[in-house]
Amino acid sequence: MRPFQILIDGFAISALYALGATGFTLIFGVSGVLNLSHGAIMVAAAVAAWAAASVLHMDTYSGALVGVVVALLMAFATYFAVVKPIQNSRRIPNEEKEIFVLTGTLLWGIMIQELIAYFFTNNAKTVLPIVEGVVEILGVRTPRNEIFTAIVCCLVIGLLWLLVNRTRTGKAVLAASMNPRGVTLLGLELTQIYVVVWGIYGILAGIAGVLLGMFLGVSSYSVGPLTASAFSIVVLGGLGSVSGSLIAAFVVGYLETLTAYLVSPAYRTIPALLLLVFVMYIRPQGLLGRR
Amino acid sequence: MAGFFTSRLFFISLACVVFAATLPFYVSGYILGLLTVAFYFGVFAMAWDLLFGFAGEVNFGPTFLIGVGAYTAGILNNQFGWSVYLCIVLGALASVVAGFVLALPALRVRGPYFGLTTLVAVLMLQNFIVVFADLTGGEIGLTIPDVITIDAGANYWIALGFMTVSAAILYGLSQSPVGLVLQASGQDPVQAGALGFNIVKHKLAAFIVSAFFSGLSGALLVFYFGTASVGTVVDVAVGVNVIVSAVLGGRRTVLGAALGAIFLIVAGEFLRPTGELATFIVSAVALLVVLFFPGGFLGAALQREARS
Repeated sequence: MRPFQILIDGFAISALYALGATGFTLIFGVSGVLNLSHGAIMVAAAVAAWAAASVLHMDTYSGALVGVVVALLMAFATYFAVVKPIQNSRRIPNEEKEIFVLTGTLLWGIMIQELIAYFFTNNAKTVLPIVEGVVEILGVRTPRNEIFTAIVCCLVIGLLWLLVNRTRTGKAVLAASMNPRGVTLLGLELTQIYVVVWGIYGILAGIAGVLLGMFLGVSSYSVGPLTASAFSIVVLGGLGSVSGSLIAAFVVGYLETLTAYLVSPAYRTIPALLLLVFVMYIRPQGLLGRR
Repeated sequence: MAGFFTSRLFFISLACVVFAATLPFYVSGYILGLLTVAFYFGVFAMAWDLLFGFAGEVNFGPTFLIGVGAYTAGILNNQFGWSVYLCIVLGALASVVAGFVLALPALRVRGPYFGLTTLVAVLMLQNFIVVFADLTGGEIGLTIPDVITIDAGANYWIALGFMTVSAAILYGLSQSPVGLVLQASGQDPVQAGALGFNIVKHKLAAFIVSAFFSGLSGALLVFYFGTASVGTVVDVAVGVNVIVSAVLGGRRTVLGAALGAIFLIVAGEFLRPTGELATFIVSAVALLVVLFFPGGFLGAALQREARS
């Protein structure tokens, strides 16, 4: 019975990690930006969904929608107010833009986190799940919400795959991640592609945030750990490689669940960190990364 | 280097230090305590700037070096009751070992990859402290039986003296030929290596110096506080403050990092009446500086001087 429990719980956590990390890696792959306000945007989405349902008394579906829209707006704000000015700045030397984007998005994330704490307190908030109840799978009592989370995550990732590989816009995004200069030579506006990518990112982070709020609950304290886990999953999988992130998300998710069940929940994050250090030493570019 | 002793920067710094040294005669113990912490933070930021501004290594884990130094000193004092000074020296040495460990991946991986390794180092240290709570005091913090002195003025002078000496050494190092080689290897390691400089040796040296000062400052700080906790010397948020200080004051200036740290701590305290919004305002100001004055305080000032 226990192996099945680990299998099921691990799958839901991993799928959620995968969804959270996909948008993060997409932005890095296309524009070379590591967005350290990622955790803040996810938490903002969850808190917005919570506030819409609990304060404004909307139904759960509209609440979830509000959360995703808030994340989308936040993502655009991050791009237009922080990332774009730094990328276009003439006073910052090109080789230092990376650290400025990191510092800028980090500060931006702290600002969002503090505003959330100010208006909605530091208390943990659990978004009302869209589906309630419990079912038995293979003798394991599983909340329906957990299954719902896993299904939505897989569905959204599948849609993303279709978007990137089967549509014109998606192909432009893919091309931009391979060779930005080549794309501009073909007459596509790089800035427009960036806006599209940040839009996709906002929706992905929003869905991941709302689901996380339903599944585990969030507080403004989860901002840092969320960013760190997305960052480590993405590096483990190889920066910019979406399929690498998916594999890495499942490796990390299952490793954490295994440790939590078999050893102790207190040691939950340690094996994943050790694995990360190990991979950095023997294969610095990550599982599926290219240098 | 010789020109520095006649430059305007030298006289301004000297005047600032002399003025700061007289403060205990007419300001309250509260302000002295605030500045004492700010000065130790200044050393953290300067040590970080040596690694980032000169060696070009994005170190997200300054608190790994600080925390190892602080906790080693604290645990030795707590467990064995050794003298404060011995503990501080051993803390700084432990930090040098930590710096060596941190430098190993830096020689293999670059940019965001190295940044992540340092971040992981901090998270591991944090987990380690919580897991070995018997030894480290865990999440509650470690009580340290001895303090250097309880006199606010003396503590302040120790901090000021320590920061001044560290600043002199770190600034001198950054302006020396070693600093130039570091800067070159940070910007283009291949070319610097082709010119015949031993990059590995220089980078290791930068890590060791940075670690030594971080650890020393961390150890002094815990003996000032009388306690060591994750929230004060290890947490990622503390590291973020160190990085923000250095960028705010002006990267690649060393002295600017100390200015940024003092500004950050003092501004945070002045904004305390605004309650939870204090951190928001400080972050917003820092973001505006990053966006509009990327050179930081000192960078902007030096640029104006160079132009006139």
